[in-house]
Amino acid sequence: MSNLDTLKAKIKERLPDLDMVVGWEQGFDPLRATPLFMRTEEDVDRLIWNPLCVHNLATYLPGLKGRKVGVVVKGCDSRSIIELLQEKLINRDDIVVFSMPCEGVVSVRKIQNRIGSLDYVESVEADTGTVKVTVDGSSQSFGFPDVAASKCGRCQYHTALLSDEFVGEPNNEKAEDDYSDVTSFEARPQEERLAFWMTEMQRCIQCYACRNACPLCVCRDHCVAQSRDPHWMTQENSTQNKWFFQVIHAMHLAGRCTECGECERACPVGIPLLLLKRKLNKEIEELFDYKAGTLIDSTPPLQAFKVEEDNINERGW
Amino acid sequence: MSANTGSELKIVGFLCNWCSYGGADTAGVGRFQQPTDLRIIRVPCSGRIDPLFVLKSLFNGADGVLVSGCHPRDCHYAEGNFYARRRLEVLKRFLPILGIDERRFEYTWVSASEGQKWKTVVQTFTERIHELGPAPKLDQCLMERAQAMAMAV
Repeated sequence: MSNLDTLKAKIKERLPDLDMVVGWEQGFDPLRATPLFMRTEEDVDRLIWNPLCVHNLATYLPGLKGRKVGVVVKGCDSRSIIELLQEKLINRDDIVVFSMPCEGVVSVRKIQNRIGSLDYVESVEADTGTVKVTVDGSSQSFGFPDVAASKCGRCQYHTALLSDEFVGEPNNEKAEDDYSDVTSFEARPQEERLAFWMTEMQRCIQCYACRNACPLCVCRDHCVAQSRDPHWMTQENSTQNKWFFQVIHAMHLAGRCTECGECERACPVGIPLLLLKRKLNKEIEELFDYKAGTLIDSTPPLQAFKVEEDNINERGW
Repeated sequence: MSANTGSELKIVGFLCNWCSYGGADTAGVGRFQQPTDLRIIRVPCSGRIDPLFVLKSLFNGADGVLVSGCHPRDCHYAEGNFYARRRLEVLKRFLPILGIDERRFEYTWVSASEGQKWKTVVQTFTERIHELGPAPKLDQCLMERAQAMAMAV
């Protein structure tokens, strides 16, 4: 029996006690997976697990608080669950976490950049070696690392940090994450950095997909983007205003972001939003030696303090 | 009625009610000469300052932002400035990636009795901002320059 079949069997076993289990199924074409809400045994048979399962399903959990929910996660997604538990946004007793070792997921945007149009995808064969995509009669093969999501190249958590039902052999490989993307961006002249964000943010269409896909954006109907009191955002669609929203998003996630990359993946115009959050995470790791979503009973660093800080000097003038 | 002589820049100061605002008051009562670029906003505690206050000021045309509160361990509310210290330090380190000069933002601790120190802080910070000059306005002009730069790359 393959790992996936074992996983399906386990889900079927637990399903009677749960309202639903969230997983992935094949979407509208062979390249896209889509979230699947399993309520019956027949639903479970549609479950898939492959490099196309890009979504972080932990995003649904705060909205389903109070109900018994199972969720299928990759290693990186499990960090979001830990962070949500830490902040008491979900109850541990209400959720059942299913997981398998993850070998990485693809980035549909990277494939699109290489192929051009992805309107008529005929078939996809994806494994951890190569990804072969057939579009409109012509097929192309790519090495998996070339089209894998950027976060997978620096993955330190192939195995979920938290799971109730784990199927398969845990994979404890850890890639190095030296934040080279952040440091190389910061090496550019300041003027260029400012210009970069201005041109990137000009494309923003204010769809707020970044916010909706974020597992830790939990304000839902009380988001400051819509609020008039406090009035952080104006009604105008100036670049400055759109950029400011991203800065708010990043600041609200300081010390909480688990770098699942959903904001960047969900963005329809491809703005590199994760860069802002990675910068904050880099600084928080340096200052407080803390990585969000790795320890279940720690407190996010900005919700705590030390009388004598280790790495902050008391600025005397 | 502004005393703006044309050479003045906009500096926003967020001061805690109990120490730094008192400190600024002491400096005033002592009739110390200070630069007039600073516009002070009084807040109950440095812990009340959301880092977004600072960012919003910088995004909307402030040339510099100064935050000042009670010395750590001296907070009127016992621990407000401990939280502030963490937030403000993170904010200061966050600014470079936005392309905003981190020297445009500074935080410090001044108590109500330190009138002389307050004067030094205001003077030093104002001089620094004047050295940096006016902050780039995030407007259409900058947008055009940015696009030209993106084309060139």
